[in-house]
Amino acid sequence: MTIAIALDGKVGDRFSLQVSFEVPSHGITALLGPSGSGKTSILRALAGLERIAGSICFNGQTWQDGSTFLPSESRGIGYIFQGEGLLPHLSIAGNLDYAARRASSGPFDRTDIIRRTGIADLLGQRPSRLSGGEAQRAGIARALISQPRLLLMDEPLSGLDSDARTEMVEWLQALLGEIDIPVLYVTHDHGEAARLAVRTIHILNGRAEG
Amino acid sequence: MWLVLTTTVELAFVTTILLILLATPLAWWLARSRRWWKEVIGAVAALPLVLPPTVIGFYVLIALGPDSPLMSMLHPFGIRTLAFTFSGLVIGSLFYSLPFAVQPLRTAFEAIGDRPLEIAATMGAKPFDRFLTVAIPMSRRGFLSAAILVFAHTIGEFGVVLMIGGNIPGKTEVLSTRIYQLVESLQFGEAHRIAALLVLFSFLALLALLLIERRIGDFKP
Repeated sequence: MTIAIALDGKVGDRFSLQVSFEVPSHGITALLGPSGSGKTSILRALAGLERIAGSICFNGQTWQDGSTFLPSESRGIGYIFQGEGLLPHLSIAGNLDYAARRASSGPFDRTDIIRRTGIADLLGQRPSRLSGGEAQRAGIARALISQPRLLLMDEPLSGLDSDARTEMVEWLQALLGEIDIPVLYVTHDHGEAARLAVRTIHILNGRAEG
Repeated sequence: MWLVLTTTVELAFVTTILLILLATPLAWWLARSRRWWKEVIGAVAALPLVLPPTVIGFYVLIALGPDSPLMSMLHPFGIRTLAFTFSGLVIGSLFYSLPFAVQPLRTAFEAIGDRPLEIAATMGAKPFDRFLTVAIPMSRRGFLSAAILVFAHTIGEFGVVLMIGGNIPGKTEVLSTRIYQLVESLQFGEAHRIAALLVLFSFLALLALLLIERRIGDFKP
């Protein structure tokens, strides 16, 4: 089964985004392209974090068109940010609780997610105390506890050194291979895309190529 | 002396509470709005920083006088004027100290940036929820600074309270106008005592501000 995503519009005066693709209902789809190609803008527009002048459809549902704008909090997405992706004034447990209190029911169990992301020992810590890899694992945990129906990951490994990246790629492969939602994974690293993704979509100048 | 002190503290306390409540939405809008003309509103809110207090006092006095359009609307409720009353002093103080609340709050709200609010949105938090659970706790230093500044500034105000309050003993007389009264009647000893009290209070308020600036009790790294 696949899910259709279509996005057609302009981001400010910068460039236009025009992509229409289908992603598997589970597993990682990589959006691969050089810096400035529009990958992050596509992700942010899908998340409702950046308004485009145009339309966005997800699995037959209109998230945005001329008269509709479904806000980010109503789209049921999880978002892993490049760099800081946790609320800095809350502990890790506080971040997870924040997500859980606002989530509808879904398949992701808090205890199970904490175990699978290996953050049990970090729950009392503030985000500023965590290493890059720990912060990303905690960010993924809080995103999954939100019970998303689409997980968006914006270069989640970009701030890590090469050893940590290698370790995280293996860990992400194991974790994201098991979860039953589509994942859109933005990267400019061909190796990362080849190892993680079941499908790769090349983005150039805001358009899907090939 | 005791009555003057309680009037002064009561005025500062009421002004601080009301001004934090009123300035918060204004500062949030100034920090988040992308409209170009928001700086026009920002400049109006900052006017009391540069206006002579007597000018603010004069206009507020006119606005609170029995013949003003504002007071005419209150006549049916039995209120003829708020000039020379404690309520009038509070209204004048709100205008006078407005920038001392708006500026620290606006700076604190701007310092949050978009990211934490975006994180909260992707976790399902609606705008007002994000404001209450992310913006306010992350801006607590700004709230503390604003509260200290407004309180201290109101304690020390002179021109506005003299214009609007008229320095009526037991009603609108505050410490700063009491010093003026004492100096006029050549009671320098008593004036010295009150002045020294205000110097000590101002020093403690500034020390508290500097300690807050050093992020005591803050969550940031």
